[in-house]
Amino acid sequence: MKSRFLSGPYVLWMVLFTLIPLGVVFYYAFTDSVTGAFTLANLGSMVNYWPIFLRSIWLSIFATVICLIIGYPVAYFIAHCKPTTQRLLQMLVMLPMCMSFLLRTLAWVALLEDTGIINNVVMSLGLESLPLIRNNGAVILGMVYNYLPYMILPLYTVLMKIDNRLVEAAQDLGCNSRQIFSKVTLPLSIPGIVSGITMVFVPAVSTFYISQKLGSPDTILIGDVIEMQFKSAYNPNLGAALSLVLMVLIFICVGIMNRFSDEDEEGMVTV
Amino acid sequence: MSNELIRLTNLVMEFDSDRILDSINLYIKDKEFLTLLGPSGCGKTTTLRVIGGFLTPTSGDVLFDGKRINDVPAYQRKINTVFQRYALFPHLDVYDNIAFGLRIAKLPEKEIDERVTEMLEIVSLKGFENRKITSLSGGQQQRVAIARALVNRPKVLLLDEPLGALDLRLRKDMQNELKRIQQAMGITFVYVTHDQEEALTMSDTIVVMDKGKIQQIGKPEDIYNEPKNAFVADFIGESNILDGTMLEDYSVKFFGRVFKCVDKGFAKNEPVDVVIRPEDIDIVKPEEGHLCGTVTSVTFKGVHYDTIVDFKGFKWLIQTTDFCPEGSYIGIRLNPEDIHIMHKSEYSGMFGDYSSYSAEYDEIADAEVSEDEE
Repeated sequence: MKSRFLSGPYVLWMVLFTLIPLGVVFYYAFTDSVTGAFTLANLGSMVNYWPIFLRSIWLSIFATVICLIIGYPVAYFIAHCKPTTQRLLQMLVMLPMCMSFLLRTLAWVALLEDTGIINNVVMSLGLESLPLIRNNGAVILGMVYNYLPYMILPLYTVLMKIDNRLVEAAQDLGCNSRQIFSKVTLPLSIPGIVSGITMVFVPAVSTFYISQKLGSPDTILIGDVIEMQFKSAYNPNLGAALSLVLMVLIFICVGIMNRFSDEDEEGMVTV
Repeated sequence: MSNELIRLTNLVMEFDSDRILDSINLYIKDKEFLTLLGPSGCGKTTTLRVIGGFLTPTSGDVLFDGKRINDVPAYQRKINTVFQRYALFPHLDVYDNIAFGLRIAKLPEKEIDERVTEMLEIVSLKGFENRKITSLSGGQQQRVAIARALVNRPKVLLLDEPLGALDLRLRKDMQNELKRIQQAMGITFVYVTHDQEEALTMSDTIVVMDKGKIQQIGKPEDIYNEPKNAFVADFIGESNILDGTMLEDYSVKFFGRVFKCVDKGFAKNEPVDVVIRPEDIDIVKPEEGHLCGTVTSVTFKGVHYDTIVDFKGFKWLIQTTDFCPEGSYIGIRLNPEDIHIMHKSEYSGMFGDYSSYSAEYDEIADAEVSEDEE
């Protein structure tokens, strides 16, 4: 069992930078910020933050659904191109990811601001400037823009792997093209849908930068609140408690999702 | 039995100006077991895919029951296919795979259940209803694929090398099984294989193909006993193929000797290919032989010995149960019915010489053709 040692570096890394910090988060979450004594007060105060939790989840779900609606057809299209075209399109999808996340979000600010590029055009046409920024819509837009590639790529990978003979088999058994999609392609792409959703939803629900730049003080997300506890409110204990709850919520969401895909993912290895 | 069901006329198929099928003319009778046989790349799978509706021919017609179906999409044809390596749906269990076509046809759930259950019995998979496809062995997957196609009660079942992935023993069993199912259900089978033995065992009619052309159509016995050219003679079984001259009806000259034969209808002194099957040759004492030669190699094959004999520099394969040691000098006798005469063709001189004989001829031939087509 020599191969066990090969995972050594990663295990060490995990212990040092994930497990121990997680323990620290636990410790902070259950202790008082001043006295350091054990307390449930931090978790108890979660009640005050429920609306923000809910808004974060709601906005992220919205953004995830939009990503899925935009991403699925694109992934399907790319997967059915010639191999050389596929590589090019795949690169195009990934291109925005090469640019800094911060810069991309700031670019949207420049576009959407009241005196931004879009509104300048609008006003030059003699129209009134549009309320494009500092609302939920702008936050969702920012999320969709930043996380869309994470939806497209896993979908593309799964769709590309679907054996064309299965499509022919469905045709052979009487399926028209709509039925081929609903009876074969869609069910077989569920693992891709699930990982796409996970990869968009999880970072979206905990983001703070997007909402800070594109949202208003009324639309702050749970990520912002957590950041605030560490950077301005100096209450790391509350911040830790919030992170912990967020983590549990994400685990639950991902868990539910994996339920859906478990059986199918196994099936993907065949053919 | 003899109603014509499918007809291919002047079928041509081209991919990027590569001619894959070259004027195929073929008709398939109702309830017939027809096999398309040929080496890799001969166009047999392409022919099958044209019949199935997955390819539209470049030119020529596909007729089904007298109607032209070139433009009828696959899903509207009364034809089902058993795909190479099965193409079963991995997201469905055995039952749902078999029920797939019936559900698409929107049959009542009760009838679906009856037909699927009946089908499971026919392919001996009772009790496997809820098994996952991935948990089945190759042979079981094979039977699910057959059941999934047959449950729709198609007029024609297309089978694309359906037994290629199975081991020898299982393949033999499935051959019998398929033949039994075909006869019991009275469905036309169009079967693609590169395995000549499989074709000979199962078929009513064999269509031998090479280079996109049909080389010969006939009953298994006819194809074996009366091959049309050197390609067919070599592809179906083993053959010694020699240059000869047809002196007149029933008389052929080769190796400087005149032999009686049973063929006629050739031009006087026409150069011909002479086929002699290795198992038809009788070994006798040198002084009694028509020809004499030296044994250069002997390989034990189970039921017989593959004996290579050198006759004046041309090496023959003789399959015999008599052991003749290497280096021994022997004679052979040829009866008139052992000699088969063919017209010269583009394949003349390419086959039937065992000078470069290798004991693994079967395996080598198989390895070459078992690679994917197209």
